[in-house]
Amino acid sequence: MKYGYYPGCTLHQQAEEFDVTTRESARALGIELEELDSWQCCGAVFPLATDAVINLAAPFRALAAAYEAGVELVTVCAGCLNVLRRTNNLVQNDDETRDKLVDFVEEDYAGEGRVHHLLELLRDEVGFESVSERTKRDLNGLRIAPYYGCLLLRPPDEMEFDDAEDPQILENMLAGIGAHPVSYPLRMDCCGAYLPIGELEERRNRAAVAVMRSASAAGAEAIVTSCPLCAHNLEQCAQDVPGAEMLPVLYFSQVLAYALGLDADSCGLEPDGLHAGVCEKIGIGEVK
Amino acid sequence: MRKIGVFVCHCGLNIAGTVDVKRVAERCAEIPGVVHSEDYSYMCSDPGQNLIAEAIEEKDLEGIVVAACSPTMHEPTFRAAAEAAGLNPYQVQMANIREQCSWVHPDDEEEATRKAEGIVGAAVEKVRRDEPLVPHEIPITKKAMVVGGGITGMQAALDIADAGYPVILVEREATIGGRMAQLSETFPTLDCASCILTPKMAEVGRHPLIELMAYSEVEEVSGSVGNFRVRVRQKPTYVDWDACMGCMQCQQQCPSEVESEFERGLGTKKAIGVDFPQAIPNRPKIDPEHCAHLRGDFCWLCSRSCPVDAIDYEQEERIVEEEVGAIVLSTGYDMLPQEVLGEYGYGKYPDVIDSMAFERMKSSSGPTGGEIRRPSDGEIPKEVVFIQCAGSRDPDKGQSYCSKICCMYTAKHATLYHHSVPDGQAYIFYTDVRAGGKGYEEFVQRTVEEDNALYLRGRVSRVYPEGDKILVKGVDTLSDENVEIHADLVVLATAVTPRTDAREMARIFNVGTDEHGFLNEAHIKLRPVETTTPGVYVAGAVRGPRDISDAAAEASGAASKVAMLLSREEMETDPLIAEVDEGDCSGCLWCVAACPFDAIEEKYLTRRVGDREVSRRVVEVNVGVCQGCGACTVACRDGAMNLKGYKDEQILAEVESICLIAGSQQ
Repeated sequence: MKYGYYPGCTLHQQAEEFDVTTRESARALGIELEELDSWQCCGAVFPLATDAVINLAAPFRALAAAYEAGVELVTVCAGCLNVLRRTNNLVQNDDETRDKLVDFVEEDYAGEGRVHHLLELLRDEVGFESVSERTKRDLNGLRIAPYYGCLLLRPPDEMEFDDAEDPQILENMLAGIGAHPVSYPLRMDCCGAYLPIGELEERRNRAAVAVMRSASAAGAEAIVTSCPLCAHNLEQCAQDVPGAEMLPVLYFSQVLAYALGLDADSCGLEPDGLHAGVCEKIGIGEVK
Repeated sequence: MRKIGVFVCHCGLNIAGTVDVKRVAERCAEIPGVVHSEDYSYMCSDPGQNLIAEAIEEKDLEGIVVAACSPTMHEPTFRAAAEAAGLNPYQVQMANIREQCSWVHPDDEEEATRKAEGIVGAAVEKVRRDEPLVPHEIPITKKAMVVGGGITGMQAALDIADAGYPVILVEREATIGGRMAQLSETFPTLDCASCILTPKMAEVGRHPLIELMAYSEVEEVSGSVGNFRVRVRQKPTYVDWDACMGCMQCQQQCPSEVESEFERGLGTKKAIGVDFPQAIPNRPKIDPEHCAHLRGDFCWLCSRSCPVDAIDYEQEERIVEEEVGAIVLSTGYDMLPQEVLGEYGYGKYPDVIDSMAFERMKSSSGPTGGEIRRPSDGEIPKEVVFIQCAGSRDPDKGQSYCSKICCMYTAKHATLYHHSVPDGQAYIFYTDVRAGGKGYEEFVQRTVEEDNALYLRGRVSRVYPEGDKILVKGVDTLSDENVEIHADLVVLATAVTPRTDAREMARIFNVGTDEHGFLNEAHIKLRPVETTTPGVYVAGAVRGPRDISDAAAEASGAASKVAMLLSREEMETDPLIAEVDEGDCSGCLWCVAACPFDAIEEKYLTRRVGDREVSRRVVEVNVGVCQGCGACTVACRDGAMNLKGYKDEQILAEVESICLIAGSQQ
């Protein structure tokens, strides 16, 4: 099936490996992703003020464009998913907001479209068993800590992504591609979000440090996430967490694409740098 | 034309201060058929009632209107006065010119007087068409059934039996005792629960008027107040309880050990036996899911060990029919399922337990013999965190209501913990401390001052293991600080919930439920143990969260209502009920669907036409069940259904009268 792909800004800038491995994974699994024409930023944060309708114009435009093109949207960025899905809910359920957006953007759209996360397609359309059958490399039981953060899961009644208190989707995906998902308590805690990025004097991000330590203490060898902001905050921990406890931070699609046969370099894996330990364990280069 | 009397009351200045009562009486005298009309200062006084009686006797009145207060105030008074004077009490009509007229129009005498004339005139038209009515008499089966054998049901059964009436006590489990049998000590006096419960259980067991039907459930109820027919399903215990002596040799011999729900997962039980040693009846049952024999394995250990050969692997369930006059529902409560509280790791981490598990731990006959120990490693916990409102007062994730008993039992737990582990520390996260009850507030204060519990006002966001401790992250909203406690044991005061099958039970007994599934009472304040189905009563936690004192009080309340009902040989029912004209009834059954009391049933009329039998469907009103609400009369498309005393023609005559009087006044 063909989907409209909404990469989001970060995947075209700092997180190119997230973009590449998402496209390659989808291709390997028979999911056709076609990037939406002239999409723009989703706004990054879903506005909590009920009268901040202008902030909804950009995601509304993306949703309307996908509907016009006759495709359902796919994204992998947790932030984009959160904004797009919640905007769509609002357009469906709040007549006043919808009317304002329709008038302002001049697109007749009432929330008929759908927004998917790639992981949801793997679970609901492809099936993790089928993903498992198509793997070309063995991850050799690499101990991976799945990190959900907030945006994929909350608010639960709007996101309907997975059980908000005990999600399993990342665990099931990782187990399906031959990794060993590590259970640790802080997998759904906040990474600190935008606080450490501002002009605060105190840059030390205690939230991300706690997550990193929790995953490390549980015996993980790497962390995977679906959120560029989480990835950034976790990577910034290096200054506060001793080397031994500091784990490499990867996007879920990087390990997925690697298991599906994409070469390490295209997957953004650095055998001589940050990912040396990981690469040693999974034995870079060997294809079944 | 019937002779009608009108009596206009001044009610001191309550009515006469606004309404020109003399004018109302004079105008009413002009209405055709009104042969007597007068006013008086207080009609409800003895002289007032005498005026009415004299007029009835002297003028042979065939209907009277008392223009005074609301019928809920004095209708019974005037009906009784009329009956004493020889008039049928259902030919007395109140015209409410106080609450519905003088009190609401205090500033406009002319308008209020005209309105009063309209109200009284309409009442005259109604009473002119009132038929003399006689209450129905129905015989009563002098026997009661109590469903649910916890403390509430036991108390109700004992009270009814002590009043001299036979009681059938139906209990779903194999023993009576209910939740209270699981408890250790009880607030606010720290009595041991068993010490006050087991003597009562024994009393129930030996009372000559109580028939105990344990391990049984009610399947179906038919009939109505005074004469219910109840089908009870007696589940197979695989033990002949009449032959069994209760030696429990079988329990000792049984090789299958399984997790015990009674011990909240902290202990085990055998596949045959009793949940606790003081069980009443003291008879074992086999759990077929775990019995090796019943699962097809080669095992006869219980059967071989039984000295009286009471084990019966072939036993089947039995259906028993009983007739009773009244029913008390006291099936108690459940606790919030574990999966609702994912963020507290309940059901995931062994050292996060619920309050009932703590009770079992503290119970001297419990899995740890009364010592408080961590389930994970058996160590004595030195830091214990109690989390109140776990699922209560939380409309988003749990229940919107307050579970009522948690504040007190958590204070009790902290006290008991301090008595057991004097060098330990109890922390209690709370929303508010609700300690309304005799001696309750004092108990909580002692918990704080003498038993050293640290109360933190706030909620807990996360609970997860860190090393061999459990990290509890919460907030203290009084100091506005985040709090992290490395605890050894976490105890959740989980919400009290309705029984999972409460709605099904409500359907069987035709009782309403609230939005959560607790059974509804007839009136939340003034008829707390009655239901809208006559003869069916509710008591205890089946109505909502209750502590033992409240449950016992309600049980006695329900029992006295039952005794009141059963003390009569026959029961009078209000004659103001629905009546069907079979000739007009088309048998559409719309009224059956409209009736909230299941008081209407279909029936068939057959008659012979030539050599054929023709049968026609109509409906029949059960006089014992109908409450006279009138819903069926509105639903009836044929005009065949009428409410006695409020027939369509009476209502229409009232409306016409009001229109005529209003027209003539303009």
